[in-house]
Amino acid sequence: MSAPIKAKHQRLVLVVIALVALIGAGLLAMWALRNQASYFYLPAEMAANPPEAGRAVRLGGMVEAGSLKTDPDGVTIRFTVSDSTARVPVVFKGIVPDLFKEGSGVVAEGRLDPRGQFVADNLLAKHDEKYVPREMKDMTAAQARQTIEETK
Amino acid sequence: MHGFANPARFLRLARLLTAPLLLGGALIALAALAWGLLGAPAERLQGDSVRILFIHVPAAWLGMGGWSAIAAASLVELVWRHPLAGIGARAIALPGAFFALLCLVTGSLWGRPAWGTWWVWDGRLTSMLVLFFLYCAYVALADAASRDGEGNSRIPAIFGLVGAVNIPVIHYSVLWWNSLHQPPSITMGQSQMAPAFLWGLLAATLGFSLLFGGIVLARMRTILAHAQAEARLRRRAMEAGDA
Repeated sequence: MSAPIKAKHQRLVLVVIALVALIGAGLLAMWALRNQASYFYLPAEMAANPPEAGRAVRLGGMVEAGSLKTDPDGVTIRFTVSDSTARVPVVFKGIVPDLFKEGSGVVAEGRLDPRGQFVADNLLAKHDEKYVPREMKDMTAAQARQTIEETK
Repeated sequence: MHGFANPARFLRLARLLTAPLLLGGALIALAALAWGLLGAPAERLQGDSVRILFIHVPAAWLGMGGWSAIAAASLVELVWRHPLAGIGARAIALPGAFFALLCLVTGSLWGRPAWGTWWVWDGRLTSMLVLFFLYCAYVALADAASRDGEGNSRIPAIFGLVGAVNIPVIHYSVLWWNSLHQPPSITMGQSQMAPAFLWGLLAATLGFSLLFGGIVLARMRTILAHAQAEARLRRRAMEAGDA
């Protein structure tokens, strides 16, 4: 009677040990990958540990409000990507995604030039985890319109 | 739990539950999807493309939940040798693979308008693709093992447990690594999502989960019936040989 219970317990202990070893190995691997597996540099990381000029990297952060400017040629845009601590100037020539906006997230693919400016070949928009119905945006737009009417 | 070791008792319960789960799940999922397409508000930045949320998130949940269930069944199979555990895991694998693929496809369709790209080799997307490949491997492995006759379900069970390592990686990929995919909107007890989206999403997830449960029960019944028919054929062949 006691033999099958013992075997069952032995299997349970073995499986648990195997699982702990497996999860430990997985966590170690993920820890080692921590820097390599990141999809992009944050501005603070780029400031602290800049990649050599000309190496293809990605930069991700917020498009700083008020920083977006279009050059006279009409297709080159300049803006600043920032996080709470650092700012990186970015220049990009081309079509931007629909969700690319000031104050919104962006991932720029490109390279640093020797002057510390990031030259992007491609822009990806990164949206946040907050999902908000359009009514709120319409409301602020209506308020903005009203404000414009009043100042006329 | 060992009450269900008797397949006859399990089959009685499964026969009772299959139809309500399939029908109820399909109804709830369809209603939630219809509301998501027609009733839900457009999102402030993404506009109408946010509606794919109502199929993308349940698919992701079932893809990951499916493998978690395979891992749990594998543990039961390895330690307690419960006769239904391996069958349950086999029944889950194919619908799980389908929902993992659905998550990848809807995510790609969503990524094009929202991010500006169909695909990036980002931590979240890559680990989800790995999950789909794990499902494919599990289906192949479990099929091969079941063809060898009984008592060989231990190899797929070990694979099911090992593959579970990928599940926390998928979940935490957006927190550990800088990712193009946004962090989770819904965490324990709180949501960053407007209630208008949240309730529809929860209903869709519930509907698809019930549907998934119904499909798994139906598949388990099929596998059991198949095994029974095979055993009967074998017995008859042996009797014919004796005569």
